[in-house]
Amino acid sequence: MAVSEQEILEGLGKIVNEITGIPASEVTPEKSFVDDLDIDSLSMVEIAVAAQDEFGVEIPDDQLKNLKTVKDVINFINA
Amino acid sequence: MSANRARVVVTGLGATTPLGGDVTSTWSALLAGRSGVESITEDWVDSVPVKFAGMAAVDPAEVLPRPEARRLDRSEQFALVAAREAWADAGKPEVAPERLGVVVSSGIGGIGTTLSAYDVFKEKGWNRLSPFTVPMLMPNGPAAWIGLDLGAMAGVHATVSACASGAEAIGYAMDMIRSGRADVVVAGGTEAAIHPLNIAAFAAARAMSTRNDDPQGASRPWDRERDGFVLGEGAGIVVLESEEHARARGARIHAYASGVGYSSDGHHITQPEPEGRGISMAMTMALKDAGLSGQDIKHLNAHGTSTPAGDVIEVQAVAKAIGTHPLVTSTKSMTGHLLGGAGGIESVFTVLALRERIVPATINLNNPDDGIEVDLVHGQSRALPDGDLAAINNSFGFGGHNVTVVFQGA
Repeated sequence: MAVSEQEILEGLGKIVNEITGIPASEVTPEKSFVDDLDIDSLSMVEIAVAAQDEFGVEIPDDQLKNLKTVKDVINFINA
Repeated sequence: MSANRARVVVTGLGATTPLGGDVTSTWSALLAGRSGVESITEDWVDSVPVKFAGMAAVDPAEVLPRPEARRLDRSEQFALVAAREAWADAGKPEVAPERLGVVVSSGIGGIGTTLSAYDVFKEKGWNRLSPFTVPMLMPNGPAAWIGLDLGAMAGVHATVSACASGAEAIGYAMDMIRSGRADVVVAGGTEAAIHPLNIAAFAAARAMSTRNDDPQGASRPWDRERDGFVLGEGAGIVVLESEEHARARGARIHAYASGVGYSSDGHHITQPEPEGRGISMAMTMALKDAGLSGQDIKHLNAHGTSTPAGDVIEVQAVAKAIGTHPLVTSTKSMTGHLLGGAGGIESVFTVLALRERIVPATINLNNPDDGIEVDLVHGQSRALPDGDLAAINNSFGFGGHNVTVVFQGA
């Protein structure tokens, strides 16, 4: 079932807020998790675990390291 | 007591217990003789023979910021909440990281995480586990998180001795200061073990009260009708400091932590040794360490868990090692038994009893058992006498561990 980009963005915003405390409104497509949002690698794993549950997709570790920006994750989930 | 050894003072207190989310609310509930024990309302209660416990009055996950709370086992949440209270109470001492230590223990560790993570693993697979699963379940986790929070570098330790763990932590912390390794040490115990498996396992050991029709009357140390301990949860933390360091910064001193005694029964893995020789030895060694005699001890916060075997053995050992004169109480009658957290909260209570010169009464103690000569405080709280005061906190654990800590009025 296809999910809109906007729905994925909102879902990611909630997940990032839950895990890091960063306001969901700061989670916008162009942001880099590491450089802009200051999220470390273990937090990225937590986000991936939550995203897998939320969106029903598998994110293997070798793919996760390529997901630099919020837009990358949205595209991966939508692919 | 050797003349050149640093004296240790208590400058900060913190607690989160079944009676309250901080020291003040817990202490006023103790003086009011309130029970923190409640019926368990979770679905799983039907699967266990014990249907009540001392649940924490304040959920620590509601106190901590959400991103922090979700990375912590409940035992770590309790420890961090109580440690922050104790640190603030001590006036947030300025101390070099190399001179700051942490010794905080749990009897069982992050067992809630262990069990829930295993469920996730079985149902969803390894890659659905939080990357923080290991630091959540490891028993040194509470000490480690507090150490990180404060930037402690003098050593972060977690002594494990079942229900003596919290008291052993405080003793180890005293030794760190007295041996010159640290100026300030945050110490105590935490536990979050209210889970059906733990209740089932303690019930299988026939150690727990099954007074399901009267949960608040279930923890009744020394009473003839006692039938086992009541499980509680929470944490108690103290800030210990060398007297020199505390005086130099003008800190308020709650009490001296002046002696510690350790022993082991060498008898049985769970049963107390009937003559109480190990218990007597711990108390005698603690007195010697403090440079005091039995007559100096005016109050004793007993291990007193409300088990048929242990309660009387302990106070008979007190009569032999200390005398029959101290005002003896078991605050577990109100908080339940916090296992590794017990030595932490009960050290906080012992210090408060000295400072406020009052001993909270043991509740539910209507008919003291035979063979008890010590002065049990029940019915209502009792004032401690004028003049110099010293008091003892006893903690014993499965495995035959005995720890006695001696505190003195400031």
